[in-house]
Amino acid sequence: MTTYLIKGARPYGEDTVDIVLRDSIIASIGEDLSVPGAEVVDATGLVALPGLVDLHTHLREPGREDAETVQTGSRAAALGGFTAVHAMANTDPVADTAGVVEQVWRLGQEAGLVDVVPVGAVTVGLAGTQLAELGAMADSAARVRVFSDDGHCVADPALMRRALEYVKALDGVVAQHAEEPRLTAGAQMHEGDRSARLGLTGWPAAAEEAIIARDVLLAGHVGARLHVCHVSTAGSVDILRWAKFRGVQVTAEVTPHHLLLTDECAEGYDPVFKVNPPLRTDADVQALRAGLADGTIDAVATDHAPHAMEDKECEWAMARPGMIGLEQALSVVVDTMVETGLLDWRGLADRMSVRPAAIGRLEGLGLHAQGRPLAPGEPANLVLVDPAFRGTVDPAALASRSRNSPYAGRELPGRVVHTFLRGAPTVLDGKATR
Amino acid sequence: MAVPSPTSEAAPGVLMTADDVARVVDRVAHQLIERAAAASPGAADGALRDLVLIGIPTRGAPLARRLAARIEAFTGTAVDVGTVDITLYRDDLRLRGVRALEDTWLPAAGLDGRLVVLVDDVLFSGRSVRAALDALRDLGRPRAVQLAVLVDRGHRELPIRADYVGKNVPTSRTQQVKVRLSEVDGVDEVVVSEGVAA
Amino acid sequence: MKRHLLEAADLDRADATLMLDTAAQIESALAGREVKKLPTLRGRTVVNLFYEDSTRTRISFELAAKRLSADVINFSAKGSSVSKGESLKDTALTLEAMGSDAIVVRHPASGAPHRLAHWVRGSVVNAGDGTHEHPTQALLDAYTIRQRLGRLDGVRVVLTGDVLHSRVARSNVWLLHTLGAEVTVVAPPTLLPVGVGSWPVSVSYDLDAVLPNADVIMMLRVQAERMNASFFPSAREYSRRYGLDARRMALLPDDAIVMHPGPMNRGMEIAAEVADSVRSTIVEQVGNGVSVRMAVLYLLLGGAPE
Repeated sequence: MTTYLIKGARPYGEDTVDIVLRDSIIASIGEDLSVPGAEVVDATGLVALPGLVDLHTHLREPGREDAETVQTGSRAAALGGFTAVHAMANTDPVADTAGVVEQVWRLGQEAGLVDVVPVGAVTVGLAGTQLAELGAMADSAARVRVFSDDGHCVADPALMRRALEYVKALDGVVAQHAEEPRLTAGAQMHEGDRSARLGLTGWPAAAEEAIIARDVLLAGHVGARLHVCHVSTAGSVDILRWAKFRGVQVTAEVTPHHLLLTDECAEGYDPVFKVNPPLRTDADVQALRAGLADGTIDAVATDHAPHAMEDKECEWAMARPGMIGLEQALSVVVDTMVETGLLDWRGLADRMSVRPAAIGRLEGLGLHAQGRPLAPGEPANLVLVDPAFRGTVDPAALASRSRNSPYAGRELPGRVVHTFLRGAPTVLDGKATR
Repeated sequence: MAVPSPTSEAAPGVLMTADDVARVVDRVAHQLIERAAAASPGAADGALRDLVLIGIPTRGAPLARRLAARIEAFTGTAVDVGTVDITLYRDDLRLRGVRALEDTWLPAAGLDGRLVVLVDDVLFSGRSVRAALDALRDLGRPRAVQLAVLVDRGHRELPIRADYVGKNVPTSRTQQVKVRLSEVDGVDEVVVSEGVAA
Repeated sequence: MKRHLLEAADLDRADATLMLDTAAQIESALAGREVKKLPTLRGRTVVNLFYEDSTRTRISFELAAKRLSADVINFSAKGSSVSKGESLKDTALTLEAMGSDAIVVRHPASGAPHRLAHWVRGSVVNAGDGTHEHPTQALLDAYTIRQRLGRLDGVRVVLTGDVLHSRVARSNVWLLHTLGAEVTVVAPPTLLPVGVGSWPVSVSYDLDAVLPNADVIMMLRVQAERMNASFFPSAREYSRRYGLDARRMALLPDDAIVMHPGPMNRGMEIAAEVADSVRSTIVEQVGNGVSVRMAVLYLLLGGAPE
């Protein structure tokens, strides 16, 4: 296996060092290292971070390979600086059996660009009525620890309570898509001033907050772990802060798009900005940034949701919700959190690598661990970022099979230059290696 | 700029003063009376009642009213007046863009069987008159249609000529001939200026 | 003048006034004529692209286009390639390839005309999109008010009914505000959008209280099906609290007018004796619709191509 000598990198944006990667691990970190026979990677001025971990990716395979595949999604993830992604269960067929999650896991292994960690469905067929075989998925080769009906809320409170209780035995977590469905029938965008004028059915913040409030009470009551997907409102942040203060084992994620964009994007009715939960107000954006900065929100997760052209080049109401984001996630977090002074690079590494890995129980897997610090002896998962770069997003240039990027034409800071997965480059000089 | 040729082009400046305009209106009014009488000998009053003066907005409308007033002053007979807005009949909308519409109103007795005289300020390409003829066709069936203009500046693009001309003015195509009337512009005069090439 | 008419919200006062003035001129130009036809849009093609049944709006646009001598194609989504799953974009591009200069579109999805305008080079006229806007209805309503009352500035207009789901309400709110009218919306709170507070209107839940100060009462259609979703308990209760009957009409000032965009639910939001009273402008509204739509087509299509 090739040994790599990374010259002139700044781990967590701090002092400049050289890093040696050998036999899948970080062999040494120090000044002016020289390793005979090693391949030298110029990282002058680049920030080194642990490989990013995404808790929330839609890879669409099996079922909608026209929108994304494990292969194309893995490439997009590596280009975004990720070394692990959690693949959501709402595929066709649904990932609600050991067979399906193992298939996805194997496809990830074959692609070999990131660790594809399957998420198992909570209920059979995401139908919200009967628990899927959570234990079988946990015991499978895919080693599922995160269970989610994402795209659908586990709306039945009794069923949600049972799911929370049941996964305790698996060291698992239920990742809830918090949306009270009876409050969001036909909903198209955030309910407020803009929805009133645009004549689009409103998705009230209370529909998310009501479920989060219910679920933190249930998780506290049964002593289970709860994870809240794509938190989008200021009220949700308040409820999470309260629940954490009370000692509830709750974690939460926020998407890059909810950190940057608001419901103003719906003006013009371009469905590339249609997403679930919807883009909210500027006050919500500010509260989400503050919540991520103070740790109330644990992680950034992309909710990368590729859609075929025909599902977006249409009327707003007919369009599928969702936007792609793997390749711009880091840039958006740099833009909204680092350049605003809300997080330093260590903070970013914590929210995009350490904590999501811990939520997914990936931190204790030895050589296959994710979210570990940049230190000798740790698995060599790292990303090298050019913080000075600024570029305009061109959807046509993205590796994802889909083009539904909400950042098209937007200038964003930061660029992933190199990514390493267990000592092997998946991205070199901004290009995927396979 | 080309050297001005006295035979083909008017010198820039005031071409007609207020007095000139008044004199020309009087002359055309007399011509209208004579022709109407000649067309129907022995029925002088009846011939004038048969006449309708239709102004083409904007400045053809006050001109038509002035002509009617002078005819009444000379003969004691009131003459019917109307206006026909031709905007919706123009063939150059694509080139010149939309414009605000102006009034169309016809005398109560209508146009059928009568002698209609279209009145306009300047006769140039003939396209306005063509549009007015199209509009008339939709508004009724006159016995005959004639044309009276204050200024004929030449450069016709259609086989149209005026029956009554206040003043013939040789111009170059790029010159502008501007008729100002007190009802619209606060002053009576006709001015020639060097315009920009069309 | 803009190339499209997508919503009343983006009409400024000058453009809106020009549309109403042009409609008035066209109406007087055609008044009493035997030949009710103008050659203005000869050689232009107007497509009526209707994804919802609306015979009255479609006929009104068709008549308007034909009176301006445009060629008119009626493209109903039912029984066409659209019902076989062709996308709006493909349909639009097909129509344009066939030479359409303007597309008049009625669609159940809010914002569909905005999408169309993004895809085609010709003009797009919104003939009603979902629960968003119906700008030509608002223009003809404003035209009718101006015709009856002689002005719009300072006119007090009460809009009553299912404001939440009404595209007519949205268009009227913005247009009437732009033209200087004072608008009050009256409805049960369930039928007002969250966010109505950001509209340039007064909000009331009490119809009796606002009627004595109204110059215009505009009734909006209320679908009885809404009660199944608990927007109100029953048709009877709705009618009692928000319907316009003879007793309520008597609360109006003497010269106030009663409007309804149609189609009416007699006995629900409006009593028969009110709909048929001399105060009612319902029939005039229909006639004015043709003049207003002629003005819109002339102003959008008559102009120089960009």
